[in-house]
Amino acid sequence: MELTKEEESALKGEQGEIMQMAYRILVATGEATDAEKLIPIEWAHLSGVNYNTIGDAGEEFLAGISKNARVKVKTTLNPMGFDIDNVSNYRLDDNFISKQLSIKNSYETMGVIPSFSCIPYEIFDIPKEGTQVSFAESNAAIHANSFDNLKTNKESAFSALASAITGKSPYSSLRKDDSPNLTIRMKIDNPNELTYGMLGFFAGKVGNNSVNISGVGGMDRRSCKALCGGMGTSGTCAKFLFGDGDPGCEKIDFDKKEMNDIHDELNTAEKGDLITLGSPQLGLEEISDLTSKLKGRSFKKRCMIFCPRSVKEQARKIGYTNELERAGCEILADCCTCLTPLINKDNVDSVTTNSIKGAYYLKNSNGIDVNLKSLAQIIEDETR
Amino acid sequence: MKILVQGKTQGIILKSQHSINFLGTVDKKTGIISDKNHELFDKSIKDSILVFPNGVGSSVGAYTIYSIKSNNAAPLAMICQKADLTVATGCALANIPLVIVTDEEFSSLQTGQKISLDTESSNPIKFL
Repeated sequence: MELTKEEESALKGEQGEIMQMAYRILVATGEATDAEKLIPIEWAHLSGVNYNTIGDAGEEFLAGISKNARVKVKTTLNPMGFDIDNVSNYRLDDNFISKQLSIKNSYETMGVIPSFSCIPYEIFDIPKEGTQVSFAESNAAIHANSFDNLKTNKESAFSALASAITGKSPYSSLRKDDSPNLTIRMKIDNPNELTYGMLGFFAGKVGNNSVNISGVGGMDRRSCKALCGGMGTSGTCAKFLFGDGDPGCEKIDFDKKEMNDIHDELNTAEKGDLITLGSPQLGLEEISDLTSKLKGRSFKKRCMIFCPRSVKEQARKIGYTNELERAGCEILADCCTCLTPLINKDNVDSVTTNSIKGAYYLKNSNGIDVNLKSLAQIIEDETR
Repeated sequence: MKILVQGKTQGIILKSQHSINFLGTVDKKTGIISDKNHELFDKSIKDSILVFPNGVGSSVGAYTIYSIKSNNAAPLAMICQKADLTVATGCALANIPLVIVTDEEFSSLQTGQKISLDTESSNPIKFL
């Protein structure tokens, strides 16, 4: 990768340790993706926020760099481990809470917007078509590339952080206009968001950088997010193009067999002790839709709903929160089903969810069984 | 061969044909692999020359690589078949030398062999 004189000087350490570290990360990213140069980016979205995942070394690293590092571009943040408003209801230990608050403080000191959300594309204005961004959260990177006309790598936690500090990222293939060499033919009729989540999970397994998807019609927002969440979980793929693709493309069908295989891999329980909605977090549109679906009904068991803080506040003002709490929902901001410390083996055996991404991490990281159901089915079976 | 993170070291190879998901399957304090289905289950990657196809999984796995280095439980170097951003940036931050080798070179490396790695040399991998 070619560097400018200024970039070379930063890499040598002439602009301080923080810049040297950031450029070392960018150079490794560039070499790994065969990029020829660095280009400016306008927005970075960081992962590596939840104390559950980054641990003591991560907490200490962020506390250390936050003394000097400042972000150069608009930078937003993934969810953390809990919602401070109701954390006392979930028996987290004091060490977890204080370490998590230290991480929050370090990011704020660096100038990061404390959005604690995995759906930046839904709660911030989308820049103009073709804008280069650096999104580390996989569902957000895929959504940005596939639905928002933005361009990003599927960044790692550190490559997005380096981009935030320098305002630059390697000009890798995902940032250019590419044409995938694989087309997935969607063969399932009347798909719901769970079907789209499984389609995404399948696409992530078989695709490399990007894939075409044919045979899908208009999708609602819930389905778009499920597709992105599923794909980000299973592989390294970071972009969908809708259509048949080039005639020479390899074709793979997503039919009942492929769908059932994924269902069998992720669905490990007949029923759940509690229900979670959100991974990716729910936006206002989904909260509104859920409120109207629950008119006059109540959940028969606990239902945890995860959303960004800004959405939680809007929902409260509009009156959705009252309605949802009346129906038995717990509404949590700043955190998500995925990698949450709030659900653990000691008190929960199994969870019902419509999220493929949530299912994967509940099973592999929290060690909890999962019962997969679409939202419509959840409301039919679990409310009265 | 492609050099992603520079450095010089020597040590004994620990090789796996399986990809590694650093987040969740590598113990942050000991470097021991906890995934029962993994070829390296119960083995520590500490102070080895770790040879494996590539990293998979969450973008946050880069923090795990940084953590094992901070806890003195990291490999001396990593040698992969395919580049991925989680391993590349984790090694870059933790200063763990990382090179990507051809399929042929990959198959020539075996557990137990002693090698030296010097990314500045014209012939970076030497069997000792």
